[in-house]
Formats: sequence, C-alpha cells, structure tokens
Amino acid sequence: MFSYCVDPKTLEGLMWLSCYVTTAKHMSFYFSFLVVMGLLSLAAPLAMAFGFAGATASRSSFKIIRSVGKGYLAMIRGVPDIVFFLFIPIALDQAFEYLRHKVLCSDVTEPIRQGNDFVVCAAAKLPLNTASEWVHDIYGFSLALLAFGFVFGAFAGNVLSGAMAAVPKSQIETGEAYGFSQSQIFRRILIPQMWIYALPGLSNLWMILIKATPLLFLLGIEDIVYWAKELGGIKTGVYEYPHPDWRAWYFGVLMIFYLSLTYLSQSVLDKISARLSQGQATMAGRAG
Amino acid sequence: MSSCFQTLSDYSLRSIGYGERLLPKADITLCEQFVLIGSGMIWNIYFAVLALLLGFFFATVLALGKNSNLSLFSAPCKLFIFIFRGSPLFIQFFFAYDLFVLLPRLGVDIDLGFLVVTVETRWLTKAWLGALIVLFFNTSAYAGEIFYGALRAVPSQDLESADAFGFTGIKKFRRIIWPTMLRLAWPSYTNEAIFMFHATTLVFFTGFPAWQQKGDAIYYASYFADKTFNPFVPYPIVGFYFILLTLLIIGLFGLINKRLNKHLPTNERKRLRFNKYNLIR
Repeated sequence: MFSYCVDPKTLEGLMWLSCYVTTAKHMSFYFSFLVVMGLLSLAAPLAMAFGFAGATASRSSFKIIRSVGKGYLAMIRGVPDIVFFLFIPIALDQAFEYLRHKVLCSDVTEPIRQGNDFVVCAAAKLPLNTASEWVHDIYGFSLALLAFGFVFGAFAGNVLSGAMAAVPKSQIETGEAYGFSQSQIFRRILIPQMWIYALPGLSNLWMILIKATPLLFLLGIEDIVYWAKELGGIKTGVYEYPHPDWRAWYFGVLMIFYLSLTYLSQSVLDKISARLSQGQATMAGRAG
Repeated sequence: MSSCFQTLSDYSLRSIGYGERLLPKADITLCEQFVLIGSGMIWNIYFAVLALLLGFFFATVLALGKNSNLSLFSAPCKLFIFIFRGSPLFIQFFFAYDLFVLLPRLGVDIDLGFLVVTVETRWLTKAWLGALIVLFFNTSAYAGEIFYGALRAVPSQDLESADAFGFTGIKKFRRIIWPTMLRLAWPSYTNEAIFMFHATTLVFFTGFPAWQQKGDAIYYASYFADKTFNPFVPYPIVGFYFILLTLLIIGLFGLINKRLNKHLPTNERKRLRFNKYNLIR
C-alpha cells in the first residue's frame, strides 16, 4: 500500500502496523464487512417478500394455499434455525442440479443417487466446472441469501400475520358495510393499518438478522469470521508479517462491529417507533 | 431389527465417549443416524440445562442490579446485558475460545474441606466448560433483561401493601417482589429456555473443537450429511428431536406457570404462548 512497505522485515512500531493492516488480505477482510452489509440489505427485503407471501397465503380462502402458508409459518417453530441454514443451501443446490440434469441430460439413464453419491452430468453442474471463481462466489452467496430469505421470511410471516390479526375487526366490518370487495379491504384497510402492530416484531427481527449474519461462515462463504480466523492465526517467520496468535483481537474487533451495529439500529428503530405512534390510539401515542 | 439393538449399544453413548470408537463410514443405516444424533442430544441437554439453572440466579442478580438507583451497581449490569445481547452468540463463542487459548496454563487448587480439586485453565478451552460459561453468560443477559422488564412491571400497590404489613429488605423481596416478578416474566422466560436449547447447536460449529468426534446432535447430523450427500435424512431427524424437546419444555414450564398463577382468578392467568421472535443470538 505505502511506498515504505516494500520490505516489512525492516519496519517497526506504527510503520509496521500501518503496512500490516493494509495488506491485500486485510483488504479482503474489509471487503467482507461490505459483504455482510450487502447481505443485510438484500436479505431484509427478500425476507419481507417471503413473509408477506406466507402471511397472505395463510389467510387465503383456498384450502390448499392456506395450508401451504400455515405450514411455512409453523415450520420454524420448535426446530433450531441453524438446521435450516445447513439444510436449505444443500437442498436447493441438489434440487437445481437435479432439474437441470433431467432437462439437459435426458439421455443419461443412470440414477442420480448412487448409494452415498449424488451424481449429475457435467452440463448440469452448478456452477459449471469451467466457470471462473467469482461465479462460484456469487452462486454460493445467492444460495446463502435464499436460505436467509426463507428462514427470516417465516419469522416475518409470523409477525405480519399477527399484525394482520391485530387490526380491529370493526375496521374490516366498516369496509364491508361500505361495499368494499375483499381485495379492496385487504389493500385499503388491512395493509395500511397493520404496520404499527408489526413494527415491534419487525424491529426485533432486524436485530436478529444482524446477529445471524456470522452464520454465513457455516455456509462456506469467505465472510468476516473466515477472515478473522485466517488473519488472526499464528504467523511464523516464513510469513511477511509474523505475529503470535491474534485471533482474540480480531474477534474483539468483530464484537465491537456488531455491538455498534445493534446500538445504532436500536436508536434508529426507537425514533421510527416514536414517530409512527404519534397520533395513534395507543399508550405511546397519547403520552407524546 | 437385532442389528439396530447392536447399533444402540454401540453408539447410544458415543457422544460422551463410550461404545464404538469409529463412526459409521459406509452403508449408513437410518437406525445409525437416529441413534448417533440422539446420542449427540446429550450434549445439547447438558449445556442448556446447566446454563439455564445457573443463569436463572445470575439473571435475578443482573435484573436487581440494573434496577438499582446506584450507578455503581446498575452501570456494570447494563453493560453486561448490552454486550451479551448486542453481539451474536456465534462471535461470542469464537472470541471466548480465543481468549481462553491465550490464558496461561495454570492449575488452581480449590480446597473443598474434604477434597482438593485442581481446576486447570486448559479446561476452559474444552467445550464442556468454556462453551458452558459463554452460554451461561448469554442466557443470564437475556433472562436478566426479561426479569428487569418484569421487575419494572410489578404493581406499585403490591409494594405499598408490603410496606403497610411491615415487610422490609430480603423478606419483602422474597415474599412479594420475586414471586410477582417471576409470574410476569414466566411466558418470556419459557421462550428464552427454548432458545437456549436451540442455541446449544452452535457450540461445535464455533471455536470449540469436538474432541475425539464427541459432538452434539447437529455435529453428527452434518457428519452424516457430508458422508451420504443426502441432507434430507439427518437434518429432519435433528428437527424431530428438537420438536420433542421443545414440547417437553413447554409442558414442564407450563406446570411451573400454573403454580405461579395459582392464586389468581382464572381469567387473569397468563397463558404460555410460544412465539418465536428471537432465536439466533
């Protein structure tokens, strides 16, 4: 990075440190913080979409759609979500490859599950063996993103369906009395009024989403946890910048990162909640 | 069927080091998956039960401390609760493990009067102690916040009546404040207990290594998923065990809830509801 960093062996003190924290690997470490923020900003809307679909489906008048929606919302109760985080990416990966195998290699007659192996033809592999590394990275990240969207969608679905149920019945009945159709009631009365009931649950969910991001590491993504382990481990003399076991320091930095993220989010969410409850017929609204 | 009994005797205590040493490698049967994953549940139960039992008392102390008027008491309790609730448990495990590794390897003798126990710091790097401490602190912080909220919600009339009857100090706390606090906190605390059981699945995926492949349920499940390339069997088995455990906790905590609400008219009793809002921490 700096011009004096050519020979790290001769450096000392702050000079050494300034060179150490600007190595290419540290740049990847800093970039992985952006990956976390990217995941947060993509997973939140995705989970909201999944959740909204789930909550709406669980109120549907068609029995099949309703039971699918209810099943989705009930799925995460009682089972640790880490199970889903480990399960969904593999399951999705195998499902995609299975479908591509059926379509692209319909002439191959050998079964896909051969004992303990999962074999698809080369053309059906995802990503293709010939694809460059960033394609693999993006594919892995997308699978992780889908897993986050799916699991947190189920959480959000529970919050949203609770909020929909909390909208006073008389509001819906008034809509019916004025001759609104069911979809009009849904769009004009239910949706606008449910947010204030959904907010506490959703803000709680946002905090959980923040604290769930290190699970990316379990999905084999080179995230902040990966780099903290990688950079913090003992570096012997053969490395350019030898140092003892510094993992505790690196994870200390991650602790501070997450603590400030949750602290900031909490203060913003408190402001939003105060703003939204202004003029509402609730205790918080009256006090203000 | 008889081979399944054989598997049961080989692997049912594998997670704590008894029975067959080698894990099944080829031709893995459904029975083997059920038994070994069930064996791993021993660790999940061990971690959660001990952390919850110890954490219950520490959480009460934290809640009282946070509620204190003296900032000498309230500030450290607030900080402790913020640190453990504000950061992911996943990172806490890594951080704690790496700190414990850095500690000098010492043996500290503890004289119990009839027996001298040498407590060694290297135990801290083992999951059974190190991870337990992290889980204990974590559940204390979460439960402390729940108890603090309940403490603030104890009706002021209750306190006034206590004063009128001449209750003071410890007696006032033990007879009046504490039971009401517990009663108000119990539905949330039940959720906390369930989350604690689920949180134990993180132990062997973080810094703490599984020594001699003695792991928890999800450690064995991911072992099977790796070996068979088939996630559709082991993970649902873990799910099955945890649903059973969750039902058991709800039943057990429901009994305690009944006892705490015994004196109230039926329509004022709080019912236990499992709402799954904060799971990963």
